[in-house]
Amino acid sequence: MPAVYMDHAATTPLDPAVLEAMLPYFTTAYGNASSVHSYGREAREGIDLARQQVAAVLGCQPREIIFTAGGTEADNLAVYGVAENYARSKGKHIITTGLEHHAVGECFEQLAKRGYRVTTLPVDEYGRIDPEEVRRSITSETSLVSIAHGNNEIGTLQPAGEIGRICRELGVFFHLDAVQSTGHLPVKVEELNCDLLSLAAHKFYGPKGVGALYVRQGVRVLPQIHGGAQERGLRAGTENVPGIVGLGAAITLAEREREGRAQREISLRDRLIASILATIPDTRLNGHPRERLPNNVNVSILWVEGESILLALDLKGIAASSGSACTSGSLDPSHVLLGIGLDHATAHGSLRLTLGKDTTEGDIDYLLEVLPPIIQRLRYLSPIWPGHKNRSD
Amino acid sequence: MYNEKVMEHFQNPRNVGILEDAHGVGEVGSAACGDIMKIYIKVANNCIGEIKFQTYGCGAAVATTSMLTEMVLGMPLEEAELVDNRQVADALGGLPEIKLHCSNLAADALRLAISDFRSQHHG
Ligand code: FES
Repeated sequence: MPAVYMDHAATTPLDPAVLEAMLPYFTTAYGNASSVHSYGREAREGIDLARQQVAAVLGCQPREIIFTAGGTEADNLAVYGVAENYARSKGKHIITTGLEHHAVGECFEQLAKRGYRVTTLPVDEYGRIDPEEVRRSITSETSLVSIAHGNNEIGTLQPAGEIGRICRELGVFFHLDAVQSTGHLPVKVEELNCDLLSLAAHKFYGPKGVGALYVRQGVRVLPQIHGGAQERGLRAGTENVPGIVGLGAAITLAEREREGRAQREISLRDRLIASILATIPDTRLNGHPRERLPNNVNVSILWVEGESILLALDLKGIAASSGSACTSGSLDPSHVLLGIGLDHATAHGSLRLTLGKDTTEGDIDYLLEVLPPIIQRLRYLSPIWPGHKNRSD
Repeated sequence: MYNEKVMEHFQNPRNVGILEDAHGVGEVGSAACGDIMKIYIKVANNCIGEIKFQTYGCGAAVATTSMLTEMVLGMPLEEAELVDNRQVADALGGLPEIKLHCSNLAADALRLAISDFRSQHHG
């Protein structure tokens, strides 16, 4: 049976070249980067190089990069770090959207409980925000606007540069959650006009458990983890040297491959979307048709529930994901799908297929071959499928 | 996540479909989760003579309804309505904790089908 991995937005395989770069830092160059001896210096050099590599891709200074234990920690540091640090000097008003990853969304919820005023920007049917809406929402008390560059579920891209320009004009800090877009789209901080930017290595063929936060020089974040002077005192704890080295190698490689990979992915993506919509009745695309991550397909397949689609695909060797409540462990379907106005049933029937550099035309053919009969079978099982009425048997 | 028996029922559910001339129909849905189960029965000699189901929901929802229909086929109504959700889950060799609420529904749908039959046939 073929093995087809179409869940690259969840995580990607580690590139062998990245593994190669990391390996010495587990076994021979294992020093603590804070130590003065040669072992420590070797580790320090590995971290320094990685910092330069990340800075080169973001177009910033190496000292503006803070390594973290992943995208979630970077998001937490950005949101709490700015909101808390500027609560007195600027105020306690912060702005976001209702479509954020929980790593940002739940920080806002916590801050709201602590007395911050939160503005949740409206989005259109594709999940896009209107930059002018950002302008209208900013007050003299606003410290931070935090928005995802590319949505992790529906793939929709935000007009980040424009939002950033408005924030800068009005003197408000702009945090861009670029966890899904880094390695897939250009992320030059000067073009995006952002003051903070989060990224995670495992989304672009790097290791899990390591990420970074760009903090523009002059912006101060209050550290969230205490107990050491690492990362200029902004992120205490012995550095994950192999992970950080892997992040540096992965972002360099991803940047080199980015344009070619994105072009390939976009053509596979668009064929996949068009074919699903054409061959399976009662389906819809979620997210923007063009302004979307190169590798993201998200469709709703009416009258069936997402987890059962995933199980049936898994039995055929295909790995995918869904925003159905049954897969979330909670009682509600994805807040993103509800946030763009889908009803519960349409959200339950969502299927996310995210492609990668290992995805082939043959994988797309295979998916398109097995999906329609799966849907037919599940619809036949479904009491809400209107097609039963037309059946003669 | 699911054991082999659950997956086997998910892949090859027993007694799927509609009974056009059912003696009783029971439908339950959880507004919370958005899943729906519908059970159709025909009664012969006070026993479940025929049974069919339709389910909209996760793998556990499909498997538990399938399992239930298999368990109660041929059973006297008085016995069938005592089958509870835990027994269905046990018959499947267990379900993940967070999925136990799905198995609640199958037995409830059957009880509704039986009482629907009784109300129509003055029990
Ligand atoms: S039907 Fe939703 S979790 Fe089972």
